[in-house]
Amino acid sequence: MTREEIVESIKDIIRTIAPDEELSGLKSDVRLRDQIALDSMDFLDIVMELRKRYGVQVPEEDYKELATLDGCVAYLHPRLKDRPAKVGV
Amino acid sequence: MPAPRYDAIVLGAGMSGLAAAIRLAQYERRVLLLERHALVGGLNSWYKRGGRRFDTGLHALTNYAKRGAPGAPLTKILRQLRLSWEDLALAPQTRSEIAFPHMRLSFSNENELLESEIARAFPASRAGFAALVAAVRAANPFDAAAPFVSTRARLAEFAIEPELVEMLLLPLLWYGSALAQDLAWDDFVILFRSILLEGFARPEGGVKTLLDLLVARARECGAELRTNTPVTRILVEHGAARGVELESGETILAEQVYSSAGWVETRALAGAPVPDSERGWVTIFEHMCVTKSPHRARGHDAAITFFSEVERPRWSPPTELVSFETGVICCSDNYATKQAPTDGLLRATLLANHDRWSALPEAEYEAAKLSAAARLEQLCASHVPDPRPETVLRDSFTPRTIRYYTAHAGGAVYGSPVRHRDGRCGIAELYLIGNDQGLVGITGALLSGITMANQHGLYARNT
Repeated sequence: MTREEIVESIKDIIRTIAPDEELSGLKSDVRLRDQIALDSMDFLDIVMELRKRYGVQVPEEDYKELATLDGCVAYLHPRLKDRPAKVGV
Repeated sequence: MPAPRYDAIVLGAGMSGLAAAIRLAQYERRVLLLERHALVGGLNSWYKRGGRRFDTGLHALTNYAKRGAPGAPLTKILRQLRLSWEDLALAPQTRSEIAFPHMRLSFSNENELLESEIARAFPASRAGFAALVAAVRAANPFDAAAPFVSTRARLAEFAIEPELVEMLLLPLLWYGSALAQDLAWDDFVILFRSILLEGFARPEGGVKTLLDLLVARARECGAELRTNTPVTRILVEHGAARGVELESGETILAEQVYSSAGWVETRALAGAPVPDSERGWVTIFEHMCVTKSPHRARGHDAAITFFSEVERPRWSPPTELVSFETGVICCSDNYATKQAPTDGLLRATLLANHDRWSALPEAEYEAAKLSAAARLEQLCASHVPDPRPETVLRDSFTPRTIRYYTAHAGGAVYGSPVRHRDGRCGIAELYLIGNDQGLVGITGALLSGITMANQHGLYARNT
């Protein structure tokens, strides 16, 4: 997956979990929770979707790395660069 | 011992069981959902009579919220189960009311209505009520380690007239208290928000709309649903649940068992009974009348009327078959559905005594039902348009009926007064979901299934 595909995958996961949020104007360097209404249950679902879709295991101590879209890319790209993207699962 | 075929077995395809099954199956757990009856829903189910569908539990879906309302319980439920707000087709109430001997208060999904009603009827309590609303909004009722705080004691700290306290408590007790007379402050906060701040709606098409969505979603996630499959035993080995035994004699193994059977009932199924005194006491007599014309055509627009015939209604087990002291009347056709109602449906509920109903010989049982129904119709006539001249079809059910369809001891509708908030029941890998774990009502049951599945099946095991 490219960096762009990772961004699209994260957005796709958020769309699955929170279809009522508007994602088109998301800034990549601002905390996701400051831009859209995601609670801790939603956040844990993002982590579980990553595992379900891509087999990537994010331990609790790394959750903070996923706070922004840029953070997600930095954290996930090394782990996902050899995997194909899955959208709309 | 052979390897378990399932990661989880869920007992009971009611609201909590369906929600738990969806959550677990959504994250690739192999889930078997077992329901003893032909229809799903448990207490919140439906039946057909005279070519018409009747809901059994649903008067109202509490916690009404607009699409995507941040932080709202309804938003959480829909997100967690991946259901769409649009599919639920919620028809909000116009208003509901609390009717006491000399006073009536209306409330709706807009908070201003209750505020103005209190300013009109209880001007001296206006500031006290505002302070109470602020305290309810600011509270965190979800701290499982918090000690019990009596709501009545806490309410005494606010400058609210005693009659208004009773009026505010009535709908909350009716829609959520398994305790006698009082309720826990945390529960009060949740119920006050659910009922008096967020308010009521009803899915277009009734409870079946919601059940159909839940069943479809459970199947889509890969959960296996078996109806007509009573469980006779929860298998326990070395202090841990290992699976279940069915009425057919078949044994099914699983890593975990989630039970919506109730605290007393689950422990009995697991061969570790607890005293019968821990069973819930809240059970009801419910009567319905289909009327020729909708209620609105007869000048009545309230969806729910919580009534008390006395200044201080008792919220405790009645000594007679039913108590006529307080009750709830639901005019189901008074929700703002897209399809305008062509007739009316009144449902009226009274507190009942399970043991008295169960002790009745068969010949007296039917007569007692008719007699309670007739007096209840008469009582309804003093709060809503008289149903009697308009009724074309009537039906009643008693705690006996509820016990049969829910398998809850004593026909208890709100579970044990002793809550098991963490879902643990003293046996490893066996978890309580539904009324006895968490809160009551459809919203409470759905949230219970979701949070227990998350806590015990997903978050802890996400390795």
